[in-house]
Amino acid sequence: MALDEVKIGGLGASRRRVEDNRFIRGKGNYVDDIVLPGMLHMEILRSPLAHARIASIDVSGAWAVPGVRLVLTGEMMAARNLAWMPTLSYDTQAVLATDKVRFQGQEVACVIADDPYIAKDGCEAIVVEYEPLPPIVNPQQAMAVDAPLIRDDKVNQADNKIFDWEVGDKDGTDRAFAQADVVSEIEMHYPRSHPSPIEACGSIADFDRSTSKLTVYMTTQAPHIIRAAVSLVAEIPEHMIRIISPDLGGGFGNKVPVYPGYVMSILASILTERPVKWIEDKSGNLISTGFGRDVYLKGQVAMRNDGKILGVRMHTDSDHGAFFSDAQPSKFKIGLMHSAFACYDVPTAHLTATGVYTNKAPGGVAYRCSFRVTEAMFFQERMICAAADDLGMDQAEFRRVNLVRDDDFPKRTPFGFLTDSGQYEKCLDIGLEAIGYADFKQEQEEARKRGRLLGIGISTMTEPLGAGNSREYDILGIKMFDSAELRIHMTGKAILRTGAKTQGQGHETTWAQIVAHELGIPADDIVVEEGDTDTAPFGMGTYASRSTPVAGAAVAMVSRKIRAKARKIAAHLLEASEEDVEWELGRFYVRGAQDRGVSIQECAMAAYSNVPDGMEPGLENNAYYDPPNLTWPFACYIAKVEVDPETGVWDVLHMVAVDDCGVRINPMIVEGQIMGGLTEAYAMANMQFITFDEDGNCIGSNYMDYLLPTAWETPGFELHEVVTPCPHHPIGAKGIGECATVGGPAAFVNAVMDALKHTGVRNIDMPLLPDRVHDALTTGNDVSGMPPVKTEA
Amino acid sequence: MTLFEEVPVTTTREIPVRRVQMRVNGETRAANIEPRLLLAHLLRNGLQLTGTHTGCDTTNCGACTVLFDGQPVKSCTMFAVQADGHEITTVEGLATASELHPIQEGFKDEHGLQCGFCTPGMMLSAKALLEENPNPTEDEVRWALSGNLCRCTGYQNIVKAVLWAAEKMRGYTPASDDAADGGGEA
Repeated sequence: MALDEVKIGGLGASRRRVEDNRFIRGKGNYVDDIVLPGMLHMEILRSPLAHARIASIDVSGAWAVPGVRLVLTGEMMAARNLAWMPTLSYDTQAVLATDKVRFQGQEVACVIADDPYIAKDGCEAIVVEYEPLPPIVNPQQAMAVDAPLIRDDKVNQADNKIFDWEVGDKDGTDRAFAQADVVSEIEMHYPRSHPSPIEACGSIADFDRSTSKLTVYMTTQAPHIIRAAVSLVAEIPEHMIRIISPDLGGGFGNKVPVYPGYVMSILASILTERPVKWIEDKSGNLISTGFGRDVYLKGQVAMRNDGKILGVRMHTDSDHGAFFSDAQPSKFKIGLMHSAFACYDVPTAHLTATGVYTNKAPGGVAYRCSFRVTEAMFFQERMICAAADDLGMDQAEFRRVNLVRDDDFPKRTPFGFLTDSGQYEKCLDIGLEAIGYADFKQEQEEARKRGRLLGIGISTMTEPLGAGNSREYDILGIKMFDSAELRIHMTGKAILRTGAKTQGQGHETTWAQIVAHELGIPADDIVVEEGDTDTAPFGMGTYASRSTPVAGAAVAMVSRKIRAKARKIAAHLLEASEEDVEWELGRFYVRGAQDRGVSIQECAMAAYSNVPDGMEPGLENNAYYDPPNLTWPFACYIAKVEVDPETGVWDVLHMVAVDDCGVRINPMIVEGQIMGGLTEAYAMANMQFITFDEDGNCIGSNYMDYLLPTAWETPGFELHEVVTPCPHHPIGAKGIGECATVGGPAAFVNAVMDALKHTGVRNIDMPLLPDRVHDALTTGNDVSGMPPVKTEA
Repeated sequence: MTLFEEVPVTTTREIPVRRVQMRVNGETRAANIEPRLLLAHLLRNGLQLTGTHTGCDTTNCGACTVLFDGQPVKSCTMFAVQADGHEITTVEGLATASELHPIQEGFKDEHGLQCGFCTPGMMLSAKALLEENPNPTEDEVRWALSGNLCRCTGYQNIVKAVLWAAEKMRGYTPASDDAADGGGEA
C-alpha cells in the first residue's frame, strides 16, 4: 500500500518545524553563542561625520589599555593591500578608511582585545582628527554641477554618477504615448529602509597556522559566495577556507554582502594567530550595512479612454551611498526594476535609470526582495492607482481591464520577461469579495458625511522569483544555480545537504518534505544540513525568494536520481525487469502484482548489502539545478484603512491577502512567510525608514529612532490561497518569502490615498507618518520624503 | 547540580570587582564581576546561558528579556550587580528535563517562530503575563508582548501561541490541526 503523504510529512503537510526543538529551548547556535579557546574580541571605531578628510589617527591610547592585543587602521590594512575590497557590483569599498570618510558610521579603526568591553575601551582611546567636507544626502544634490566629488579615490570618476542604464523600447513607447487619450504622471520616493534582522552581523575568524586553514563562522546568507570572495580578497586558496554559517537571527538580504568587519576579523586572526570574534552592535548594523530601496521615480502611463494601457515610461534615480555595493545579478544595474507591469497586458514600455553616489551607507541589498522588485511593484501599483483616478475609473475595474488573462500564457512582459502561469482575475475576485468591495463605496460615502475618512487600496502583482537561469543571472560571473546532495543510509534514514542557507524559512523542515514526497521516506527520518562550505555542496545562498525555486528544485531532482537507482535495485530484489517495476509512494512493486513489492528502505539496505552484479554500491547522489525560467507567483493585497483627520494617524481596519505561489510544500510555513512579509510591508508604509539630516547624520541609527511595529500596532491578516502550479518547477512550487513585502506597501498607501481622495492629494511619500498625512490633509499638497539639503545661511 | 558555583568572568586589572550571588533557574550562582558588566553578558558569557540574546542594546527589541523575581526585564540594560540577591529565570529554565513548558509547546504548535532569535524573550514575556492573567484576551497578549520585537512572523502566530499555552495551562486541550507533527519529539 502506498503511504499517506501527509502522515509521513510530505508535500502539503503543515509539518511542525524541526528547528523549533532547539530554538524554543534557547539552544539555537547563533554566531555570538560560539566560544573558541583563546578567542579575542574585536570592536570597530566608526566615523561620526558623513564626509571628511582624515588628518590623523592616533592609536597610542588604545595600545595603552591593558588587555588590548591589536589595533588596526586603514594604513595598516593598506600595507597588506586590504584597505579596499571589491564589491558585488564591480566597484570598490573601503575596509578601513585611509584618505577620507564617505559616510557616517564608516569603519575607521578597530581594536582587538581580551574581551569586548576592553575592545570598546580601546576604541574610545583612539583620537582621530577630521577635516569636514560638504556632505551629499540625495541624488539631486549629487548630480548638481558643483557637487563635491565623493569618489576621488577612483581614476576617471569625474562626477558622482555611477551609471545610466535603460531597457525597453523607447521609440515604440513614444509612439504609444502619441496615441494616448490620457497620460497619467506621478513622482515619488521609495525611502531608504533597513532589513534589520534582530540579530546584527558578526563573525569569528580562526586561522590555524599549523594547517594554513582559515575557518570563519559568519552571519551569511550565502556561504559559498563568501568563500570565493574571501579567497579573492585575502588571497587564501579556496580549499583552505571554510565558511560556517550557523543559525541566523534573520537575514532579509542584510547578510548577503561582504562587510569590512568580516575582513578585519580575518586579518586580525591571521596576525594574532588566535580566534577573533566580531559582534556588531545594532547601531553599527543600521548605519553601515546593506540597506534597501532609496529610489526616486518619475512614472507615466499612456491610456485609452476605455482604460486600456498603451504604454509605460519610468525613470528612476537611485541613491547607492558611498560605494556601489548592490548585491544583485551583475547584468542589471537597477536590479529587476524592469519586472514592473509584468502582470498587466502592456504593449510597450521604456525604463531609464540613473544611479549616484552620496555620503550615505552603501548597500542596496535585496531587502526581502528580488533585486529592486519591491520598488518596481510599488511604483507599478502607485502608477496604476493614479492612472485609474486620472481616468475616473474604478480601481478594481481598471485592473480587470489590464490584467493578463489565464489563457494568455506564456506571456512576454513589456520589458521582455516571460511569465508562464497564473489566475490573476480569480485572485482579484477573491480579494474583492473578502474585503467587501461591492458595498464599500456606499460605506465610504456615509462615513465621510459623518467626518470619518475610510479608504481601500488594492495591489496586484506578479514578481520574478528564483534567480535565475544561467543565461541571464550571475553575480560577478558566478552563475546563479544551486545544488543538493542526498545520502541514504543503509537503514533507510538520510542526510540532505544544500548550498542554500535557512535563516528562519524552515529549510530543515521543508527540504525533508520534498524528499519524503519523492521517495516516501518519512520526513522525520531525514536530517537537513546547510551552511558549512566544507560539507554542503555549492549554492548561491538564500535571498530573493530563491530557495524553493532553485535549491528546492535541486532537492527534488537529486531525490529522483536516487529513486532511479533504487528502481534498478528493486528490480533485482523482485527478480523482475526494470520496465515492469512500478512506483508508488514509498515502494516499488511488480506491475500486475501490487503485493509483490519492496520498500525504499529495503532498497537502501540492498544498496549496501546486495547490489546487482556490476552496479556501483551505495545510495547517494547530488544534483545541480539551473532553472529554465524564474517563477512567477501572483498576489492580490487589499487594505481597508481609516484615517483620523485630526491627527493624521491611520489604522488598518481589514487586510486581505490572496497569494498564488503554486504548490505549497508546507502550508503552515507559507502562511508564516506571508504574515511576516505583510508586517514588513505595513512597517514600511507606516513608520520604518532611514533618513538623513542635511549634515548627513543618519536618523534611524537605533531602535528608538528606527521604528519597527510591535504586536500592538501590527494588524491582523486574513489569508486566502489560489494554486496555479509552476509549469517548469519539478514540484510546481513558486517563491513566496517576499511577495507580501513586495506587493503589500502599495495596498496600504493606495488605501490612505483613497481616504484622502477628496483633498486632491496625489502622493505622500512613505512612510505615511501622522505628520505627513496631516500636512497633506490640511494643505491639500503632496508630501515629499526626500532628505533636505543644507542651504547657505 | 551544584548549589554554589564560581563563575569565571574576565576582568580588567584596573577596575575593582564586586562579588555577586543570585539564583538562576533555581540554582545559586556566584561570580566576581566588574560593576559595569551587563546582566545579559553575565548570563551569556559567565553562565553560558546563551538562550538570552542581545539584539539592540537600547531596551527596545526584548531579545534579552529574562524574568527578574518573576517580572520581565531587559537584561541588556541592567547591570549584573543589580541582580545580586535576586532570582533570575532564563529560557533555559522554562522546560524541565522531561517536559516542555506549555508556552514552548504553543510556540512550536502554532508556528510562533521562524529564525528563533526573539523567541526566548517572547516566551518569557508571555510567561509573566500568563502567571498574572491566566485567561488573557488577544489585545492583552498583544500589549504584554509589545516590548518584544519580531521581524519574521508578523506576530499573529505568536499571539496564537500564547493563547494556546494559556488554554493548556488552564487545563484544556488546545485545538491543533491534524497535520503531521513532524520534527520528531518536541
